[in-house]
Amino acid sequence: MEKKEKKKKSKSKLWMTVAPLYIFTILFVVGPLIYMLNLSFMTRAEVWGVVKKFTFDNYLKIFEPVYLDTFIESLKLSLATTLITLVVGYPFGYFMAKLSAKWKKIMMLLVVVPFWTNALIRMYGWIIIFRSNGLLDKALIGIGMTEKPLKLLYSYPAVLVGMVYSLLPFMILAIYSVAEKMDWSYIEAARDLGASRLQAFLTITVKLTLPGILSGVVLVFIPSMGLFFISDILGGGKIMLVGNLIRDQLFTTRDWPFAAALSVVLMILTSLIIMLYRKITHVRDLEGIL
Amino acid sequence: MRSYICAAVGGGMEEIMSEVILEINHIMKNFGNTEVLKDIDIKIEEGEFITLLGSSGCGKTTILRIIAGLEVPDSGTIFLNGKDVTNVEPNKRDVNTVFQNYALFPHMNVEENIGYSMKLRKVQKKAINEKVKETLELVQLSGYEKRMPSELSGGQKQRVAIARAIVNNPKVLLLDEPLGALDLQLRRQMQMELKRMQKKLGITFIYITHDQEEAINMSDRIVVMRDGKFEQIGTPTEIYDKPKTSYVAEFVGNANIIHGTTTSIQDGLAVVTAPGGNVEAEINEEQLVVGEDVTLAIRSENIILHLDKSMGGLKSLLKEKSFASGMQKIILEIEDGTEVISSSLGMNTDLAVNSTLYINFNPSHGIIVDLQSV
Repeated sequence: MEKKEKKKKSKSKLWMTVAPLYIFTILFVVGPLIYMLNLSFMTRAEVWGVVKKFTFDNYLKIFEPVYLDTFIESLKLSLATTLITLVVGYPFGYFMAKLSAKWKKIMMLLVVVPFWTNALIRMYGWIIIFRSNGLLDKALIGIGMTEKPLKLLYSYPAVLVGMVYSLLPFMILAIYSVAEKMDWSYIEAARDLGASRLQAFLTITVKLTLPGILSGVVLVFIPSMGLFFISDILGGGKIMLVGNLIRDQLFTTRDWPFAAALSVVLMILTSLIIMLYRKITHVRDLEGIL
Repeated sequence: MRSYICAAVGGGMEEIMSEVILEINHIMKNFGNTEVLKDIDIKIEEGEFITLLGSSGCGKTTILRIIAGLEVPDSGTIFLNGKDVTNVEPNKRDVNTVFQNYALFPHMNVEENIGYSMKLRKVQKKAINEKVKETLELVQLSGYEKRMPSELSGGQKQRVAIARAIVNNPKVLLLDEPLGALDLQLRRQMQMELKRMQKKLGITFIYITHDQEEAINMSDRIVVMRDGKFEQIGTPTEIYDKPKTSYVAEFVGNANIIHGTTTSIQDGLAVVTAPGGNVEAEINEEQLVVGEDVTLAIRSENIILHLDKSMGGLKSLLKEKSFASGMQKIILEIEDGTEVISSSLGMNTDLAVNSTLYINFNPSHGIIVDLQSV
């Protein structure tokens, strides 16, 4: 009888430690999600707020060319960002992993320190560089590469640079953490067996760092879909992405249901990518995917 | 370059011709400020099983890596089959390595690991599968094609690593302490298997180990290495019976080192005065000068103990005796504090600790070592 009582006591004690987490998650995560889902099926009221009239219109509206385009543009930008961070971040992370212990620490610090400054403020730094007759123009004119100031600010390239700049550290760290654990003797064995440097890289290094590549891609792609403040500041309001659209619909147009519907769709897209990632990384032989 | 080796076989003479397959000429290598290899020079014959024997840090792995092409020497050259390969990339040398930690590609199964080099050369899939099957049979792992390295035991990984390295039939196979991580029983078994494989394939094996037993059992020739230099090169018998330095005598087999002075030389025998008495050592070709210091090495199993000094010998004190696996080990101390170990068959209960005994040996067992060459 005593044993049963003791078991009950320890079970309830366990429950007590976990309960606060459950309550927090339900109140602040699940709750708002349900609210948003709910909202997306309502109709917009004339002046302010919502009317509790159930409708699918908000979701249908997304398929209008204007809005569909926005989604496609956002996806294209996210893909471009991901690709560039991969191309730049991979060599960076790889060579960083080959450094001596002392230099590894220094490089790690250099990569992480910018994060201690607010992201918004760092974007303002790019404005100073990109604006007409700003730092970049002065440098290029100075070395004679161009005569007139490039109108880089408030354009697509500027937004792309801003996105890559913000998300690059994630890719670098993802690659670095995998490359660092790699045993270099595998590459030596590959070379010994007849592989050229390129062959060894493609058949061994890339395959072994693939988990890093995949997690880096996910860490960059998902946030990139929602980073609306970068396209705001560096795009000058001319570049409209999903994030901007949602923000506009919410605060300017005050079409809350539509904003909610857009958010739900964005969430579904993100979830699909994560599910795809999980499916891929559970497969043992990744050769088929590549 | 051809060197003719004549062997007497049952009374008749048979000529065995051996060609030099690998020439290592005056190799020097520094890592930072440390001189790791100081003038390494040797000619390795085709089909031989040669072992680099030495303790950790003596540079044996570095030599192997230079031969494989994974390191470039600071000076000196390597000639493989008459061709200068000193600066040739590792993937272009007809040399393969069995790494100490096996280095089996973790994301490929056994078949893919072994077939890797063939796949690089774009060999037909069918031919690869056949060759892999053949090689697995040779290392006695038939049927293991689809296993992943993580599913294999140490001994099995070892054999896959060997299979992967011999599948190309390289001119030279380099083995870096391949049996180091295996338990004693498995190690002994693998030693015999490796020897058998080498004889069958006829590939030149360059083997690294710090285990003198392994070296003696497997090799055609042994190179004893110390601090980046070759101490002595010879057959296992030569290394064991005629060590040139006290280091080699102590490293290979149990040797007692006694320091003394040559007092007279007569009829090919040197009389040596050492702490506690006189002993005699046979002179073969050594140049000894009367009155000079000399160092003798005597194997533990060749030590003879007497109760009185009528047979000559060195006065010593019995410090310790022990008995294990049929061998009696007695530790004695001679007058200058040097420890001498005697090992013999059977147990002798007469000898007591702290008793005085006289150490002697057959003059032919007294090996003169550490002679300063002219």
